Amino acid sequence: MAAIEIEGLSKDYQTGFWRKHPWRALDGLSLRVEQGEVFGFLGHNGAGKTTTLKLLTGLIFPTAGTATILGKPLGQPETFRHIGYLPENPYFYDYLTAQELLDYFARFFPLTSDERRLRRDAVLEQAGLDGFRNLPLRKFSKGMLQRLGIAQAVLHQPEVVLLDEPMSGLDPMGRREVRDLIVRMKTEGKTVFFSTHILSDAEALCDRVAILNRGKLAGVGPISELLKTLPGFEAVIECSSPEALYEIEPLAAKPVSASGGQYRMEVTEQNVRPLLALCERDDVRLLSLNPLHTSLEDYFAELSSAKDAAPVRARGASS
Amino acid sequence: MKNSSPTLAVTLNTFREAVRDRVLYNLVAFAVILIASAVLFGEISIGIQKTILINLGLSSISVFGLLISIFLGIGLVFKEVDKRSLYALLSKPVRRSQFIIGKFLGLNLTLAVNTALMSAGLWAALYYLARRFEAPDLFIWVAIYFILLQLFLVTAICLFFSCFSTPLLSAIFTFLLYVIGTFSADLRAFGEMTQNASWKALTSFLYYLLPNFSDFSVAAAVSHGKPVAGGLILLNTLYTLCYAAVLLAASVAIFARKDLK
Repeated sequence: MAAIEIEGLSKDYQTGFWRKHPWRALDGLSLRVEQGEVFGFLGHNGAGKTTTLKLLTGLIFPTAGTATILGKPLGQPETFRHIGYLPENPYFYDYLTAQELLDYFARFFPLTSDERRLRRDAVLEQAGLDGFRNLPLRKFSKGMLQRLGIAQAVLHQPEVVLLDEPMSGLDPMGRREVRDLIVRMKTEGKTVFFSTHILSDAEALCDRVAILNRGKLAGVGPISELLKTLPGFEAVIECSSPEALYEIEPLAAKPVSASGGQYRMEVTEQNVRPLLALCERDDVRLLSLNPLHTSLEDYFAELSSAKDAAPVRARGASS
Repeated sequence: MKNSSPTLAVTLNTFREAVRDRVLYNLVAFAVILIASAVLFGEISIGIQKTILINLGLSSISVFGLLISIFLGIGLVFKEVDKRSLYALLSKPVRRSQFIIGKFLGLNLTLAVNTALMSAGLWAALYYLARRFEAPDLFIWVAIYFILLQLFLVTAICLFFSCFSTPLLSAIFTFLLYVIGTFSADLRAFGEMTQNASWKALTSFLYYLLPNFSDFSVAAAVSHGKPVAGGLILLNTLYTLCYAAVLLAASVAIFARKDLK
């Protein structure tokens, strides 16, 4: 049984005040997410990511198509027992404290008062909010609210966790903590389905990703398969003398970029051997040499420039 | 104990939200002060001090109850949708109908507690003035009960509008319905007076469609020590239950189909 199965899901919104015009936010999305997967949902603003997550959580209703979570229909209390959801830019009741909010939400699940307290305390600690449990939420920063949002999503230990832009508003430490949390969820066997703009997070965390463009599925699969291998290599070197750098620079296919004493360069296949020969010198050190791929940024840029979103690769996506 | 009812959880949280609203305290405090000041009005009304006190006290309870119910009621659903606090809540095992009913009960619980506080103020003022209670004073409780029933109806109306309208429009619609409802008996009387069958049918239709608040006004009678018929208590109770149930059902039907964009 799939964790999430989506079949031809579409959503139209009505725009305009007097004369209503339908606007298709999601167009015939079909997708299957297996249990235990960390699945990334990528796309530009307005691509349909949040719409999909809202459809999966029953906050909005589909114009066409169906979806199930763990084989159960959407929007039913029985389904909600098995899913956790972090909305985009979450807002919680600012008259409550973190502890009160989690207590309130825990009351919707079949838990004893002792279990509620244990779960609440555990997720507060996981989210790094233990010291702020009695602080009113109106005093929480955006990052703290985001972490609380994740805490409430995993409060009842759901099998499927849906996260809408979980890294949004977090500082680098916060992002790292959320990344660790997602990795921990995966080791616990949970399915994590998250939307993100931050491509490096998707690359670091996801077993597979789906890419949405203008409401349509543009590609789905492991990131390594979605990104094309290009001719040539990317080399990162350390160079301690200007003379050596003068000799290396002509080997680069594009201008060399420098950062923190390291030089990043693209080299053609023919120039790899001369570069390796230069790296034999004492003042040059090769740090890495990898085949060139299109980056996710390039992939996105390619999609943006395309007039219509034609499926790029649809491995794992139902037709 | 395993999980409490989702409706009860929403009810208690709505009550907690209202209790933590500072504006509410201002209104309740102002109402209690006004009731206390009725004692002073009574002092300058020779012979009818008690009548003045009861009239002013019940009016204060009614007006401030109305303000509180409209002020809190118009935002019951709208605020949750607007601020998106509903997103996390409705992804829990709670039905939209349970959310609506919980919100309604939570605000009514708040109104009941506030009315109890204001009533305590009235009774304290009454005792201060008369130094004793008499048997007809018990009908003041009936008048307070009728005020509560009115407030429950106003809450149901607010909640209904709150499901699809902005707070400002909800407040205007609710207030207009309250004013029209207070004069609904006159509306029917006007229809009876006309010879036109169409007008008569229209006024009768409006009389039954719009909320009827005119039968809840017993403050004047009670302040003069007159009793309230048991039949009226029963009828007003049944009317409130039925009318509120219809409004709640309509609210649930609207909200159940609403896209939370």
